[in-house]
Amino acid sequence: MNSYKEKLFKGITYTASLLAIVILMAIIYSLFREGLPLFKVTRLSDFIFGSAWYPTHAIPEFGALTLIAGTLSVTLGALIIAVPLGLGSAVFISEIASPRLREIAKPLIELLAGIPSVVYGLFGMAFLAPLIRDWFNLDTGLNVLSTSIILGIMIVPIIASMSEDALSNVPKNIREASLALGATRMESITRTIIPAAKSGILGSVLMGFGRAIGETMVVLMVAGGSAQIPGSIFDSIRPLTSTIAAEMGETVMGDLHYRSLFALAILLFLLTFITNLFTELVFLKRSKR
Amino acid sequence: MNARKFKDKLGTSVAWICSGITILFLLVFLGRIIYKGFSVLSWNFVFTGPREAMTEGGIYPALAGTFWLTALAILIAMPLGILTAIYLTSYGKPRWLVRTVRIAINTLAGTPSIIYGLFGMAIFVNLLGFDVSLIAGALTLAILALPMIINATEEALRTVPQDFRDASLALGATPRQTILRVMLPTALPNILTSTIISIGRVAGETAPIMFTAATFFSRQLPKGLSDEVMALPYHIYALMTEGTHPAKQVPIAYGTALVLLILVITISALAIYIRYNIRRKRQW
Repeated sequence: MNSYKEKLFKGITYTASLLAIVILMAIIYSLFREGLPLFKVTRLSDFIFGSAWYPTHAIPEFGALTLIAGTLSVTLGALIIAVPLGLGSAVFISEIASPRLREIAKPLIELLAGIPSVVYGLFGMAFLAPLIRDWFNLDTGLNVLSTSIILGIMIVPIIASMSEDALSNVPKNIREASLALGATRMESITRTIIPAAKSGILGSVLMGFGRAIGETMVVLMVAGGSAQIPGSIFDSIRPLTSTIAAEMGETVMGDLHYRSLFALAILLFLLTFITNLFTELVFLKRSKR
Repeated sequence: MNARKFKDKLGTSVAWICSGITILFLLVFLGRIIYKGFSVLSWNFVFTGPREAMTEGGIYPALAGTFWLTALAILIAMPLGILTAIYLTSYGKPRWLVRTVRIAINTLAGTPSIIYGLFGMAIFVNLLGFDVSLIAGALTLAILALPMIINATEEALRTVPQDFRDASLALGATPRQTILRVMLPTALPNILTSTIISIGRVAGETAPIMFTAATFFSRQLPKGLSDEVMALPYHIYALMTEGTHPAKQVPIAYGTALVLLILVITISALAIYIRYNIRRKRQW
């Protein structure tokens, strides 16, 4: 009787954990099932390298290059803002701040990381975009610059928190050895501690990158939405995620437009999947050492 | 020597400035939301429904919708997540399966939320015929929350000292009894706090419910699982993009954002506070 209960319980936990695999498979399956039929009418190379996205024209065109460029431009912009700020804050919290300040700063960062992205989107749309429009005399403030700033602020807590973990995990004897050799505090930070924590820091940047690529609400509200390859930081753009979110409501289930949005989702999924794989490898390398 | 001292000062100031800019940005951001939101916040705003084509009135249906979506999602995801974590930490055989489950969980955790939305739409709304409904949205959010809960529970179970498990097994308890009567109760506070943090995350998600559950306007509260619901995050988005009277609707959006922010931050702060206390009081 007892061994029957043992087996049953083990079986239940076993089944539950299989569910994670099943769900991932189901997600991949549903994306491909709905998205792949697009390539019966559009060639894969036209989809990836074509720059005309006119899904609703009489002769529709599905070139996603402008959308990919949109995603990459704001993601890059966000990293340019967030990496120095995040890393600087991490160094400050881990190496410079007093223990008391650190106790307060850590949970505060954790709180900030939990703020819903739609709230950032609202702030960008109603406050930052008009400000940028007036400062630079533009027609609209909904552009690469505003989106990068908002996305950047959004991922600073992620980069700061994970880099700080990596920095504080550097063994005490390495720090002390460096200081004992006569290095100043900054010398030992830049030449000893940061190199020792480099895989963790890289991992945090990749994590922020993945988050920025997949972020939907901020780009949907702040990026402006015109499908073009940005020529300057004041151009309005339309990334992959916001195209899916903005256009899905207009489609009829099963039509080409609907399929093309799932094809975009496949692209997005692969992008984040590869990023995650990279992140994993970086972390794996660290834990093996 | 002076040059080195100067560089040291310079580097330290750069780190100060980076943290300063970050804090300044965040203060402006939070200050703006709080300041603008506070001017419309009132008892009536929180506890009445919208009126006059969304230009007046409150957000009660959206608050109720977010509550039900989040509560259902967590109720679905929590047992599954805890059982999975038990399997990963306590049984863990065969190895290849554990590794595959881990890969699946990590992939799910890194998948953008809009993809969950598409999945929910393709499977729950269309294939299973739930239509745009509370249950379709809750299931989608449950899947989104699952990897968070699994990871949190696993971490919590790993903090239970090996001695506890050994002692229980040595007393003749079976593995199941050890898990259910020793490990889970010991890890429970940690599991709960982490789950509370994921509640905050789930409550703020917009993209997964856009095509599975949310509606811009409904006069009534959801009556059943198959009703469309309003939700706070979607309400903010809809007011900003589909609204026709920005002068009246932007303030409402700010008010809604403040309510959402207070909700999420209170929930997470509670969790962080509880965790802090547990860590301080822990005897082992």
